[in-house]
Parts: sequence; structure tokens; C-alpha cells
Amino acid sequence: MVMGLINANPVIHEKKERYLKCSIGYLVVVLNVFLHHIRDIKDPEHPYSLEQLNVVTEDSVELNDESNHVRFLMKLTLEDSHMVCTRVTFTPTVEHCSMATVIGLCIRVKLIRSLPPRYKVDIRVAPGSHSTEAAVNKQLNDKERVAAALENPNLLDMVEECLSPTFD
Amino acid sequence: MDGAAAELREAHRLAGHADRVWSLAWNPAPGAGAGPVLASCAGDKTVRIWKRAPDGAWQCTDVLEDTHNRTVRCCAWSPDGKLLATASFDATTAVWEYSGCDFECVATLEGHENEVKSVSWSPSGSLLATCSRDKMAWIWEVQPGNEYECVSVLQGHTQDVKMVQWHPHLDILVSVSYDNSIRVWADDGDDEWHCVQTLTEDNNCGHSSTVWAVSFNHKGDRMVTCSDDRTLKVWDTSADLSQPKTGEGHESWRHLCTLTGYHDRTIFSAHWSSEDIIASGAGDDAICLFAEEKNSMVEGPSYKLILKKEKAHDMDINCVRWCPQDPRLLASASDDGTVKLWELKGSVLD
Repeated sequence: MVMGLINANPVIHEKKERYLKCSIGYLVVVLNVFLHHIRDIKDPEHPYSLEQLNVVTEDSVELNDESNHVRFLMKLTLEDSHMVCTRVTFTPTVEHCSMATVIGLCIRVKLIRSLPPRYKVDIRVAPGSHSTEAAVNKQLNDKERVAAALENPNLLDMVEECLSPTFD
Repeated sequence: MDGAAAELREAHRLAGHADRVWSLAWNPAPGAGAGPVLASCAGDKTVRIWKRAPDGAWQCTDVLEDTHNRTVRCCAWSPDGKLLATASFDATTAVWEYSGCDFECVATLEGHENEVKSVSWSPSGSLLATCSRDKMAWIWEVQPGNEYECVSVLQGHTQDVKMVQWHPHLDILVSVSYDNSIRVWADDGDDEWHCVQTLTEDNNCGHSSTVWAVSFNHKGDRMVTCSDDRTLKVWDTSADLSQPKTGEGHESWRHLCTLTGYHDRTIFSAHWSSEDIIASGAGDDAICLFAEEKNSMVEGPSYKLILKKEKAHDMDINCVRWCPQDPRLLASASDDGTVKLWELKGSVLD
């Protein structure tokens, strides 16, 4: 059962909310590391000190990291042509499957705000991790649906809440 | 025409919108002596009107604002050029009266349950079609005194309807959808609208993902569709479309050919010029032009690439539209917030 992005229930149970904030909070940490290394990527002098950072080829980096909540795999491909593609694959834990579209939306918003505008971003649920993964992926990668969802004040508030720093 | 290779030359860059530009529409009848008039609509909730100044530069002459309170997704001029319909994520469609210098919002069409994605005028100008994420397409009749009456709600798509487009001569409507299908709608002669054909992946060599757009050729015997599956498909009919149809089963449209491998990402728009050149715009920031292969060794008609303009914009291209008054002038709209005007130069037609 796929959640229509624009019809997401704005009343989230506390437990789910905390889960979302943890996942996205972790994404922010992972993303900051990722972005830091994007800037350094062409510089062979810079040491890649993190174990998780795995240089696959000269022009692509895979950052593979896990938390107890959501696993992210982010692959960045830098090309000579101006088009740069980023694929993010995330794996929600089983009991949080229903939050997949919301998590995906939060990831997309965070990336839109963090990456230069010319980056193309694909977001997918990891294969095998979700019963309606094709449907979830289709929604997350339809930019018209995403744009409309983010014009819904309730949904936008939820995304902003998830992306905001936690001070407790 | 000399043998110079075909080239798409950037002629103008129209900046002004504060957010991604979703759609464009050239006025089909701007008035005697008037130059071309272009409307653009954007995520900034406005519609901008662009005209060519006497010195040849293009300027924004009007900004239509304070009417829609969400993204304006699509705009369409009536065939007589006097009305502009604008479709919005705010679930309404506005109709603006254009006097040649001023715009006034004269009607607001409500009824869809959520975002309106597309609007199209019938060839006579007496009907208007809209479609929405609510899975429906609505047909409205234009009545005196700026009144619009819904005459039919077209049910059939199982998902979000992305675009509706009337046939160039007949009251036949085509809709394309997130459900990957293309539907053809006609009335039975008694004002009852039915789906007369559904083109799918399984039954008709249809698309394998969301279909974003459809465009008819000048003659109306072919149409091209484009999709998230990164292909364009050309469809052909030899049927006498003017005969009334009832129900399904009239397989008028058949798959002619599929254009694969020209775009690396979702193809958002396709438009057929009056010279029978197909332009496509996609998420790979490129514009492609195609024409029919006249000296084909292959049995049956086929299409070939004339040129691919890479990096036409800095971001996704959402819409491409040929100018009706100048079939070598192409407009493109992008996520980068700009509209570009291109001139097609050189030899393109054998």
C-alpha cells in the first residue's frame, strides 16, 4: 500500500517521529562527510581517512554506511560533461516500511538543498527491502509529484521538522 | 536549401521567472501585424508573456499573478488567440481574456480534487479539457458570458493524468498518464464521451513507464508520445477519425516506431512542427530533433535523429514548443528558470 505523498497523515506517532528524525539526522551526518569529499575528490593529495569511503574508480565514489535505522548507499558519478548523477539507495528497517515515501522525500529535500542545482538525483529503496518498492521508487523519482507534495503545507512542515537539528 | 548541416542555434534567453518553468504556449493568432507571443508558466505561481520588441530583443510584457496560489503547471491559448487558460497545482484552471495588450482573469474552473496538470482547447475553441492527479480528465463547454460547464468527466486512467491534447482538427482527445498508458476519447455523436482506445505496453508496444506528453502532427494522422522510459513513440492512424465512435474496440491508432537511446533520462516533452519535425526535451538537459526517414530501406515509415543539442539548458528541460508563425523557431523551458528561443538552421529535410 503506497502512501500518496500529498495525503500523508500529518499526525505522526511519537515513536515514528523519533525514528524519522534519527534516520534523517544520521543522513545529515553522512551527507556532510560525503559533500566534504566531493569537494576534494579530484585532489589526489587528499587522504581518504574514513574506512567507509571507498573509491571505486577515479571519478566515482561510493559511500556505504549503516545505522540501526536506515542504511544508505550514495554513489556519485562525476563526468566530464556537465551532468552529474547521484543515486541514493536507502533501506528502511522492516517495521518502518510505511515511512519509506516520507523518508525518501526527506532525503530528496536534503539533497536538493545541499547539492549544486545541476546534480541529478535518483532515490530508490534498496531492492528487496520493500513490498511495493517499484511504486515507492516511481513516486520518489517523479519530480512533478515531489514538487506538488512539497507545496502541501502539512507535508512540508513534517519534512522541515525531520530535517531540523535535534537539540535534546 | 544548401547542404549545410542542421544546427539549432540559441537566439534568445528569457530570464525572469523565480522558479522552474514548466510549460510554454505560443499564441496561435496574435493579431494582424503582431509578432509572435509566448506564454510561460512556472513554479513561482505566475505566468509571463513574452514579445519581440522592434529592435529584435524579447521582453516580458506581462506577469499574470495573484490568481493561482501554487505552481502554474500548464498554459494554453484558445484557437482565436483571445483566451489563455492556466492550469495549477492549486486544483483550479483560470481563464484569462487577452485584449492584445491587457490580461484579465474572467473565469476560474473548479472541480478537480487535486493538482491540475494540463489544459487544452479543442480545434473549434468550444471545448476545454483539463486533467489531474485525481486520475480524471474533464471536458468543459465554453458558454457565453465567460461561463464554463463541465460536460463530461472521463474516467479510465488508474493513476495521475499528466497531459491532455486535442486532435488538431477533430473533437478527439488524447490523455497520457502515470499509469503508463495513452487513452483516446471521443463522443458518440450524442455528447456522450467514451474511451475508444487504450494504448498499453502489453497490447500495443506502448510505454513501460509514465507517459509525460503527446503531440499530433499537422495533418492529424500521427502522434508522438514521450515517457519516463526514455523513449519516444510514434503512432499512426489510417482510420477516418471523423466517424462517431462508441465504446472501446476501434483500434484506430497503431504503433509505428520507437525512438530509443537518444535521451539518457526522462523525456518530459515532445512537439511536432508544421514542417513535420519532432522536437523532444528531457531530463538530460538536451533537445533532440527527429524527422521521417524518406529513403528508408526498412519496410514502413521510420524516423531518424536530425541533431541532438546537448546542454541546451543547465537543468532539466520541461517543455519544447515550435512557433506556429515560424516553423524554424523553437522555444524550450527548463528547471533552470529560463526559457530559450532557438533557430533551426541548415538543411533538415531531404
